[in-house]
Amino acid sequence: MLPNWLARPALAGLGLSPGYSFILYLALIFNHNLNFLQFTFENILILFFSLLAVFGALMMVTRKNPITSALYLILNFFCVSAIYLLLRAQFIAIIQVLVYAGAIMVLFLFVIMLLNLHDESKLSEKITYKKLSAILISLLLFSVLAITVYFSYMNKYREIHSSAETIGTIEVIGNELYTTFSFPFELVSFVLLAAIVGAIVLAKKKFD
Amino acid sequence: MITELIITSTIKITLVIIVILTGVAYSVYAERRISALIQNRIGPNRVGPAGLLQPIADVLKLLLKEDIVPAKATKPIHTLAPMISIFVALCTIAVVPFGDSIHLFSRDIRLQIADVNIGILYILALTSLGVYGITLSGWSSNNKYSLFGGLRSSAQMISYELSMGLSVVGVILMTGSLSLQDIVLHQFGWKWNIILQPIGFITFLVAAFAETNRAPFDLPEAEPELVGGYHTEYSSMKFALFFLAEYANMIVSSTVIVTLFLGGWQFPYLQTFGLPPLVVSLLQVFTFVIKVVAMIVFFIWVRWSIPRFRYDQLMNLGWKVMLPLALANIVITALLIAIFRS
Repeated sequence: MLPNWLARPALAGLGLSPGYSFILYLALIFNHNLNFLQFTFENILILFFSLLAVFGALMMVTRKNPITSALYLILNFFCVSAIYLLLRAQFIAIIQVLVYAGAIMVLFLFVIMLLNLHDESKLSEKITYKKLSAILISLLLFSVLAITVYFSYMNKYREIHSSAETIGTIEVIGNELYTTFSFPFELVSFVLLAAIVGAIVLAKKKFD
Repeated sequence: MITELIITSTIKITLVIIVILTGVAYSVYAERRISALIQNRIGPNRVGPAGLLQPIADVLKLLLKEDIVPAKATKPIHTLAPMISIFVALCTIAVVPFGDSIHLFSRDIRLQIADVNIGILYILALTSLGVYGITLSGWSSNNKYSLFGGLRSSAQMISYELSMGLSVVGVILMTGSLSLQDIVLHQFGWKWNIILQPIGFITFLVAAFAETNRAPFDLPEAEPELVGGYHTEYSSMKFALFFLAEYANMIVSSTVIVTLFLGGWQFPYLQTFGLPPLVVSLLQVFTFVIKVVAMIVFFIWVRWSIPRFRYDQLMNLGWKVMLPLALANIVITALLIAIFRS
């Protein structure tokens, strides 16, 4: 069983993703508030995937069985990836599937399975002050993000920008990463390296 | 324009899926006949001429069997798992080019379902999802052998995914593109990647064997230890779906290996022979099919020649041999490119 102090942040981290996708959905509605009236093929797809993403997110939060929750989260990842694809961000779309659905969630599923939570009631907590405050904070975060999205995008982008076609490709992203953003990029790789070394040191201590 | 695209895509998808499913049926038959040949047996030869109708009989049998779900299984996930497996196996083929383009009905038709410019990443992303089908089937069956099979397979696939991804980088460096069509076009004449990237080819091949759970890496279903592994508790068409997915995976990874390393649909110097364009296109598709069939026969040949690895051997090979080899390959390729291109 995961210790409580670890389980909560983990669940909170998972919980962020549904909200995230909801905001993406909002952004899309605002971006396309005129286009949605014209039912082009693309818009119908975007609407479909956004609704499916929200559905997956809601199901993920409300299911009792953690494995089912994890599966709904994967559905959510897929829908978000599909939305990225429809917005011409191919690279990010595929990385969303490759990294989140293909690697991170596999490990999550692993952990959940090996924990083998027979008693699912352990996970369903009573409403405590912690939960209440969590709900309040999420509402606050949500409204801040929603307002930002609303005001920054309201009148700017009514349709997909013509340069989106080229910006989302792997060539452009790679060029940017290795020229303009090469320093932060290398810095991030060092941070990741430190994290890996740290994880190995911690794990080795246990076995020595 | 868009309706034309939808119509041609639908036709292409239908054709490819039919070809793959028939291919699966007959690669099962080929597996049984070749294994019989290797082991000095006869193999299935009763249904139809030389046993050629055996796959149809097998499918009918599997469809008519009773579908049993264990009482304590998690039913929705138990049903979902084989679907995920077959979905992943069939979707990967979408980006593999099986020919250049063909001039039919006064228009050029590209012989590829989708020429995505991140083709390789698409393949890697989908194969990384293949773990779910197996892990979930192992877990939801509520059987310790199944769970062991599922866990083993996930560990195996995660370890080999890395060297698989890294061994492709060499090819990407040579081509300068992630699109599979570009990679094939780059391998004109005899400039096949198997000659230019021998280490990459070997690491990719081994990783492909591990990813498809084929012998000598078929630990997830190691019969002597785990009964049948993750599909112990499956029967009828659900079992058939796993079976189908395994062979579909084998065919799809053969097509990927052929595309990345064996020149894809390229027949060396075919364009210089002065044949009519339609014949050239058809010959290219034919070349592709021949190469894929040869690759499948190789898969079967290896399965019946090499004994299964032990689990620790498998992990050692994955992490201590394949990964450093793939990394060294990237460094050497990058160095050589930097030296010779400047």
